[in-house]
Amino acid sequence: MNVLKIQELSVRYGPVEALSKVDLEVQPAMVYGIIGPDGAGKTTLLRSICTLLPYQEGSIEVLGYDAANRAKEIRARIGYMPQRFSLYQDLSVQQNLRFFARLFKVNHADMLKRREQLYKFSRLEPFAKRLAGNLSGGMKQKLALSCALIHTPGLIILDEPTFGVDPVSRVEFWQLLHQLKADGISIVVSTPYMDEASQCDQVVLLHKGRMIGQGSPAEIISGWKGKLYSLTSSDLRKLYEFLLSRANKEDLQLFGSEIHLFSEQELSSDKIASWQREFPALESCVEIKPGMEDVFLRMMQ
Amino acid sequence: MIHTSHLVKQFGSFKAVDEINLEIGRGEIFGFLGANGAGKTTTIRMLSGLLKPSSGEIRIDDLDIVRHSEQIKHKLGYMSQKFSLYPDLKAVENLQFYAGIYRVPFEPALKRLEPLLEQFGLSSILNTLTQDLPMGYKQRLSLVAALMHDPPLVFLDEPTSGVDPQARREFWQVINDLANLGKTIIVSTHFMDEAEYCHRVIIMQDGREVALGNPAELKTKHGSANMQELFLKVLGVSDAKL
Repeated sequence: MNVLKIQELSVRYGPVEALSKVDLEVQPAMVYGIIGPDGAGKTTLLRSICTLLPYQEGSIEVLGYDAANRAKEIRARIGYMPQRFSLYQDLSVQQNLRFFARLFKVNHADMLKRREQLYKFSRLEPFAKRLAGNLSGGMKQKLALSCALIHTPGLIILDEPTFGVDPVSRVEFWQLLHQLKADGISIVVSTPYMDEASQCDQVVLLHKGRMIGQGSPAEIISGWKGKLYSLTSSDLRKLYEFLLSRANKEDLQLFGSEIHLFSEQELSSDKIASWQREFPALESCVEIKPGMEDVFLRMMQ
Repeated sequence: MIHTSHLVKQFGSFKAVDEINLEIGRGEIFGFLGANGAGKTTTIRMLSGLLKPSSGEIRIDDLDIVRHSEQIKHKLGYMSQKFSLYPDLKAVENLQFYAGIYRVPFEPALKRLEPLLEQFGLSSILNTLTQDLPMGYKQRLSLVAALMHDPPLVFLDEPTSGVDPQARREFWQVINDLANLGKTIIVSTHFMDEAEYCHRVIIMQDGREVALGNPAELKTKHGSANMQELFLKVLGVSDAKL
């Protein structure tokens, strides 16, 4: 059974089409990533899944319930972590957990048991009495995740959960997600970070409300037919100017210690040799494996 | 452009910055990397004259930062995505405000920055309220505001966190152009994708330098495929899945 099945979903805000014909399926114990730039429709998609937004066309089935008319059942069975920190800053860690437990009608005995598990999982127990407002960024996110898990949902929806969180806390947060997955929980997560996209089992790439790619990260990268080269020189800036006259500006990217060049076809060794003759300071030009960001940027064009 | 020797900042018994020695050249893009609490913000606040060092020396353009703070102030531009713009002012009013703060005549400054406004697609939105602008525009507007007085040294605090990869690449294109014009760019970030654009980076932990060099060299030296991996490796974060 699919945990989540979306078919031909379209969402409009007045005349603006925020999502257009989106299809996706999430299986049990899967991390599914929603990837896209600002305004791609990521939050709209997540809110539709949570039954917080009406949609005009298509269908959404969450844990076997139709989102069009079974919102109550769905809401009781999913956990949602919105983009903005939405806990009560003037309640303690413990009080926030209790509040969410009551909201989801978890009885007291079950709440205590679940809270124990979540404390172990998040390592927040030493901070149980601390006000949420006084937690660090990474700890706030762990608390928000714990609150979304208090009623033991089968599916959790996370909207850019690591936005603005420092890199070490980001790693910890993803370790928690992998642990949840191992426990059989399905996760739908949106992110602007491409390294996080690479950690998902499946991803959908959204651009202006449309799907421009779908599959496992490895499939998406191997399905891309272009080539990516890394060029180095003692004078990168000059090399960049040299390349500008020989390639499209949008195919070039200047980094701190290399230049990336996209090419539809493989660069012949003759061509590289001729560049080296014309620009002797060109030290190397080697093909490199593209990352998610490289592929995503090309697919957007 | 920037020289520090034995730079230390102590808050009570806590050493936030511990013996940092740096030489940063004109036209260089230099990145400060570290987790929260690593000391990068404290270092940058000292470099920008907002905090006094406990000991050690900072010279900007051969001027001592403590003795010549007024002079140095005019050489610095500072952009932070978070706080620097007034949401209830129009874009152009924010620029006017910054010209005022830096005490430069507004019209000539705007004229000088026209090509940049054009390149950033900002010319047509100058009369829009800042709060109505998308994130990417606000971020580019903050950069223009930081350049009103044509400073030779520009500090960027997480300049492109939260903007999409396309907008990020365009933004860095402009930063590269500025560096090419001889401006020194100091970037503080915990967003490893930004580190790739720097000519050199320093990675800090507990106030100390744990790595310093250009991204390619550092990656080779530590056998890491990317900056994220390198970062976690030098910080000794184990079981790193990212």
